[in-house]
Amino acid sequence: MARVIVDVMPKPEILDPQGKAVTGALRRLGFSGLAVRQGKRFEIEVDGDVTPERLDDIRRAAETLLANTVIESFDVRTEQ
Amino acid sequence: MTARIGVVTFPGSLDDSDASRAVRLAGAEPVSLWHASDSLDVDAVILPGGFSYGDYLRCGAIARFSPVMGEVIREAAKGMPVLGICNGFQVLCEAHLLPGALIRNDRRTFVCRDQKLRVESVDTVWTLEYQTGDEIVIALKNGEGNFQADAETVKRLEGENRVVFRYLDVNPNGSINDIAGITNERGNVVGLMPHPEHNVEALAGASVDGLGFFTSVQRFLAATVS
Repeated sequence: MARVIVDVMPKPEILDPQGKAVTGALRRLGFSGLAVRQGKRFEIEVDGDVTPERLDDIRRAAETLLANTVIESFDVRTEQ
Repeated sequence: MTARIGVVTFPGSLDDSDASRAVRLAGAEPVSLWHASDSLDVDAVILPGGFSYGDYLRCGAIARFSPVMGEVIREAAKGMPVLGICNGFQVLCEAHLLPGALIRNDRRTFVCRDQKLRVESVDTVWTLEYQTGDEIVIALKNGEGNFQADAETVKRLEGENRVVFRYLDVNPNGSINDIAGITNERGNVVGLMPHPEHNVEALAGASVDGLGFFTSVQRFLAATVS
């Protein structure tokens, strides 16, 4: 079964409080020089082949529900 | 005629009972609406606070696609008064009935306080009984109340007098321009993070400053019916 990955990230200009918290925690643990932004990863099992039409469907799904494009961007790719 | 004001219950709504109680105390008839309902036999709708669908995915993201929201979106376009409180505000933004989005508080903690607000616009169906510049105290309790929108949207909201409430003294969550609540172009859809339904009785609230929401909409409805 094919798998499609959708990555959703807060847009660069949007504050990412979770990423900031993780960045601070890493610094306190001694991992210096790391700036984290935190997003979401969706793993989608697809029945049948991942055709260009199927990918378009998933892009529409991402835009409709998985991401809020006011504050987030998303990326859709097939996992090899 | 007594106004019928619907209060939607989503799975995970918390403040639907308080919202209904506020409606009743203000003299209107509260009507419980289940999220799976696809008909609205009411004069106005309130989307209450809580954690609809456990805040899964994003606050309000799944509630926005519930059957009742299809009706709310259709009726709002025709001018029906719609008030979104806290999670309800998040649902309205996800439904694109209001612009922008609510993200996690900048201080990353849940905030619960009696919040001072300034009434910035009385040109909405939910605030017409206030005076511009009124300072009111309304309960605020949220983890994701940080209102954000792109610069152009914020400029339009400010320019069109669509910021309805602004935080005073303390900005509790990092909202841009201290924005606590906004309205749509027509002034029939209002969303805010603070909870006016908790400020309707002296016994249980820091003020009764929230009553004006529920009397405003009744005055508006009485004027439009007659």
